[in-house]
Amino acid sequence: MPTFTMRIFRGDTARGEFRDYRVEAEEGMVVLDVIHRVQATQAPDLAVRWNCKAGKCGSCSAEVDGRPRLMCMTRMELFSEREPVTVAPIRAFPLIRDLVTDVSFNFEKAKTIPPLRLKPPEPDGTYRMMQEDIDRIQEFHKCIECFLCQDVCHVIRDHEENKRAFAGPRVFIKVASLEMHPLDTRDRTEFVRATASVGLCNITKCCTEVCPEGIHITDNAIIPLKERMADSFDPIVWLLRKFRGQTTQPA
Amino acid sequence: MANADYETHEHDVIVIGAGGAGLRAAIEAAAQGVSVGLVCKSLLGKAHTVMAEGGIAAALGNVWPEDNWQVHFRDTMRGGKMLNNWRMAQLHAQEAPERVLELERWGALFDRTKDGRILQRDFGGHRYARLAHVGDRTGLEMIRTLQYHGIHQGIDVYMECTIARLLKDGERVSGAVGYWRPHGKVVLFKAKAIVLATGGIGKAWKITSNSWEYTGDGHALALWAGADLIDMEFVQFHPTGMVWPPSVRGILVTEGVRGDGGMLKNNQGERFMFNYIPEFFKGETADNEEEADRWYDDKRNNRRTPDLLPRDEVARAINAEMKAGRGSPHGGVYLDIASRRTADYIRKRLPSMYHQFKELAGVDITKEPMEVGPTCHYVMGGVRVDADSTAATVPGLFAAGEVAGGMHGSNRLGGNSLSDLLVFGRRAGLHAALYAKDFGGALTVDAGQVDAVARELVEPLARVGGENPYAIQADLQETMQSLVGLIRTERELEEALRKLEALKARAKRVRVEGGRTYNPGWHTALDLRSLLAVAECCALAALERKESRGGHTRDDHPYTDDQWGKVNVVLRLKNGTLQLSREPLPEMPGELRALFQERK
Ligand SMILES: Cc1cc2nc3c(=O)[nH]c(=O)nc-3n(C[C@H](O)[C@H](O)[C@H](O)COP(=O)(O)OP(=O)(O)OC[C@H]3O[C@@H](n4cnc5c(N)ncnc54)[C@H](O)[C@@H]3O)c2cc1C
Ligand code: SF4
Ligand code: SF4
Ligand code: FES
Repeated sequence: MPTFTMRIFRGDTARGEFRDYRVEAEEGMVVLDVIHRVQATQAPDLAVRWNCKAGKCGSCSAEVDGRPRLMCMTRMELFSEREPVTVAPIRAFPLIRDLVTDVSFNFEKAKTIPPLRLKPPEPDGTYRMMQEDIDRIQEFHKCIECFLCQDVCHVIRDHEENKRAFAGPRVFIKVASLEMHPLDTRDRTEFVRATASVGLCNITKCCTEVCPEGIHITDNAIIPLKERMADSFDPIVWLLRKFRGQTTQPA
Repeated sequence: MANADYETHEHDVIVIGAGGAGLRAAIEAAAQGVSVGLVCKSLLGKAHTVMAEGGIAAALGNVWPEDNWQVHFRDTMRGGKMLNNWRMAQLHAQEAPERVLELERWGALFDRTKDGRILQRDFGGHRYARLAHVGDRTGLEMIRTLQYHGIHQGIDVYMECTIARLLKDGERVSGAVGYWRPHGKVVLFKAKAIVLATGGIGKAWKITSNSWEYTGDGHALALWAGADLIDMEFVQFHPTGMVWPPSVRGILVTEGVRGDGGMLKNNQGERFMFNYIPEFFKGETADNEEEADRWYDDKRNNRRTPDLLPRDEVARAINAEMKAGRGSPHGGVYLDIASRRTADYIRKRLPSMYHQFKELAGVDITKEPMEVGPTCHYVMGGVRVDADSTAATVPGLFAAGEVAGGMHGSNRLGGNSLSDLLVFGRRAGLHAALYAKDFGGALTVDAGQVDAVARELVEPLARVGGENPYAIQADLQETMQSLVGLIRTERELEEALRKLEALKARAKRVRVEGGRTYNPGWHTALDLRSLLAVAECCALAALERKESRGGHTRDDHPYTDDQWGKVNVVLRLKNGTLQLSREPLPEMPGELRALFQERK
């Protein structure tokens, strides 16, 4: 059985360091399994978040060898036994302990998003929506709120002062999903411009690259929002796009 | 009663648990104008509900107009082998469609039919394609919708906060004590009414689809507060969990795979389910491959494929094939959708299964069969509640979702949990709010009770020389897996109870390293108490019920016994000891009974 050196960040807000743990890994094991093995045998108080162990809940985000990843979906076969595997907490948010950070920033931002405002239903009291009109938004709804995109976005990661005004890619896809929702009637132009500050994003696409759900955050959500800002003086274009769920070319 | 050692919050209603049931309860209680606190062990949006895959059952009739609440009710009762609380099953079938449409009004986007309505898929035990779904990530859609709707309703959310004990003022509940996981400080919630929505107990088994949270806390909190638990012997082993590689053993493979055309096969390539059709389901199950295959497209003239028998039947069949030496290399059987459906279809309908097998097992399910085997999944048993109000037997206490018992009888049909969460979550929120509004007298909390809980919480941190909590948890899981699993016997259940006694003694000496700040070792140690309590309840009830029915199979009593079909096994705590009794099921009224006579 291969034996790895796991170099895991241990510490809290007062002090911290990387510590090495030697762990055996069976075939098919993922980083989270190895972390759990360390916990069960060597460091019972090692702090880590997880729930589903199948890439569905977005709890186990960390930086593995410097790359933001879900620990439960990262197989140990990716790494060499000869080099230590570094596991660090996601960096953009304040540390609580070991691999656990305070992600409340994201929950606070979520509350600021103006919610759905429904159009009236069909005569039978229900709604009709065509599959092709919701495909794009269903892509956004795949988000598991792992906040890895928030973690890599340099606007947040490298500039603490931006956190007040900038909401980040996770919030952009949420807003885009509401904006393109076939039943929605609300105008969020002002929110997108001033509260979420989509203008601060300079389309580096780092968020898209790390998204474990493969959501095209930049191309499908952020760029259309930016375009919408540019068009927002033209209510006809805005309405047309809204009701067709269109993102790029109005027909 | 001010005490500087802990913080205090006061609400009319406290909801414990923020999965589908808890969120829906909190939303409803807030809509009644009372103040609501919502407490959960994980971050908001990470509860088990997020993992639900296949769909939510509701007789919308969008795909098969013949479907209606009576058919859904009948399927549910038959799936539960008639042990369900009929009134819960009725309310559930009647109200589920409206609850699903309500989710849509709150922003949920289900997959669509050609004419733009909510699409429904086939699932085990359901006569018609009935499950509203979003690919295979329905739970994610549901929890996000509730979460984002909920954050605008003025609910106070307390995340990463674990409730350790309920408090009582005389007979009625008056609050709850817990601790914050991030910093380990004790917290008191004073409340007129409490809704338990804490989910299940699956972490008591080794091979399980359930996460670290499923330690039966709500079941134990209710029991310790004097409430009744029913049906604790009924645990659902889902037939299809992953079996390989070892580290993913138990992770769920949605029944949607079979609903969308997947077939179970043994190592001879035989579709073995045709050999396991029980008498009870003969009338509605195809007995040959041709009819089963036609059924996917024509439900009027063909009977359902046996691959979609209720879960207890399929799990036992897989177990028997494995025992007979007809299993797959890693100790499972094959689940094959690749030879029936196109790669595009599979990727569109089952994206997360595709991803999960590709990433975790290196298997491409559009080309090869999956290897699957039974995994502990769901507990049918739980807090005994009044069907209409969800009130437990302790005044002020309500329960909804997986923690409540009765709705699913001895076996739950797939898709009936998500709908259960919404129907009874809403009812729990409503009735808890009404109870709080009617609450007379002062809300008092005994500081002595709070201090006692606070002291107990920190004991494992102070202890020297005791045992590692992970080792005790692993031994408990091993015990339940091998002795209180899918197939049970008297001898093994008795042995399990003896072992549980020993584990309880070890748990009293559990020792934790490190401090209070986000310390999973400490959390695991504290969760052992509820885990042990529910394990014992399950083993005791399983020993009592001397028949086989649904999620309870006794090798030494292999048949279903009509006398046992008339009673629930009830557990309650009296003066510190568990008491067990058999109590009659509520009687189903004649007009509902008639639904079972009409057709086979
Ligand atoms: C992989 C998987 C797939 C599934 N697929 C389906 C499906 O397709 N269809 C279907 O109908 N059902 C499905 N189920 C079952 C269904 O998802 C669950 O039964 C359901 O989600 C339970 O919901 P709940 O609201 O009762 O509890 P949960 O969603 O589990 O929420 C429990 C909540 O209680 C909190 N909690 C627990 N203990 C405490 C405590 N001591 N203090 C504070 N908070 C506490 C937790 O933090 C959590 O917030 C599936 C289950 C799994 C595991
Ligand atoms: S594309 Fe924009 S939002 Fe995404 S990481 Fe770059 S700057 Fe941040
Ligand atoms: S958009 Fe992708 S990376 Fe960002 S939170 Fe959602 S799932 Fe994670
Ligand atoms: S544990 Fe759920 S995404 Fe990793």
